[in-house]
Amino acid sequence: MKKLILIAALLAVAVSVWIAATNANTTATVETTAAAVAELPGLKVGDKAPDFKLKNIDGTMVSLADYKDAKGYIVIFTCNTCPYAVAYEDRIQALHAKYSQKGYPVVAIQPNDPEVQPGDALDKMKQRAEEKGFTFAYLLDEGQKIYPVYGASRTPEVYLLDTDLTVRYTGAIDDNYQDAEAVKVNYVKAAIKAMEAGQQPDPSFTKAIGCTIKTKKK
Amino acid sequence: MAQLSKFLLLFSVLLFWQGCASAQQEEKSSALPPPAKMLGAIPVYDEFEHLEPLFHWKNDTTYVINFWATWCKPCVEELPYFEQLHKNLEGEKVKVVLISLDFPRQLETKLLPFVEKNQLRSEVIALVDIQFNNWIDRVSPEWNGAIPVTMVYNAQKRHFYGEQFPSYEYLEKLVKAFL
Repeated sequence: MKKLILIAALLAVAVSVWIAATNANTTATVETTAAAVAELPGLKVGDKAPDFKLKNIDGTMVSLADYKDAKGYIVIFTCNTCPYAVAYEDRIQALHAKYSQKGYPVVAIQPNDPEVQPGDALDKMKQRAEEKGFTFAYLLDEGQKIYPVYGASRTPEVYLLDTDLTVRYTGAIDDNYQDAEAVKVNYVKAAIKAMEAGQQPDPSFTKAIGCTIKTKKK
Repeated sequence: MAQLSKFLLLFSVLLFWQGCASAQQEEKSSALPPPAKMLGAIPVYDEFEHLEPLFHWKNDTTYVINFWATWCKPCVEELPYFEQLHKNLEGEKVKVVLISLDFPRQLETKLLPFVEKNQLRSEVIALVDIQFNNWIDRVSPEWNGAIPVTMVYNAQKRHFYGEQFPSYEYLEKLVKAFL
């Protein structure tokens, strides 16, 4: 009888010790690791961007080389259907209105496959441009050959090129998609200002949430 | 014999008490700072920093954290995979968390009705920290900013999946490799 009690007691102690040990193991700790440097595919700041020849909404073919007096190019991958892209429509038009006169035209490229995203077909792009009064070139990346070379991954996404087509800034347009009035840093404007002053844009790379570029499933 | 039963009773009480303590500890160890507000049952965080511990717990659970939004078509397409995972791996130490990046002004009009209509069983959290550039890399430097993306991790390893899952099986296989 006594033996049994002893065994029970020992068992109780052993189990409590074991549970305590397990507890210690499951205690969560917050780990802080420095984020590694991003290594994303495509063009990096300092790389030379390729020119292209893509169909504009007016039916003409457009290349960067067509802009004879350009000091640089605000290439923006954008589309009709992404809510983020829509949130930026007026700001993209405003950028073009202000900076094309200074030698930095907006050249917008719609990278989605219209078969996957019918709202982004050329006729729909044309319709949207008319509704919104776009005055910049709004090109279709037909066959989706250009965006992968640039390494664009979402809409909207900016590649600011200088006159030699060297990438000087890539990323978001500004730091507040939802409220143009509340923008603290307009990355594109700041980058152009730096270029004009002969300096390196800082930041030259930003990230923002956007829609994935739509392709047929692999 | 009466003594033995007494002891066994004491023993079970002790076990029970330990169990409670263990549950409490578990709760405490994986508790996030309070959200900025609640939207129905959905905690709304306005600063990534407060949500960040969710990506770094070190316990025996495997976390499957998906970033999505109701406006994101590929995200909505793969949501059923996460719901199925949640169901199929019930009993395993797996926690599925769906972090919505819906627009702040559409939480009530889009997110809440969507979650209710689709009766999502997985935990849904809304994150409305629009200073994206400050926190995207803190989830993963591999993340380019497009959604959907999914982070799977436990105390031993982590895997960032930067696109839509091709199938439920693919997701399940990935998560099972953590168990």
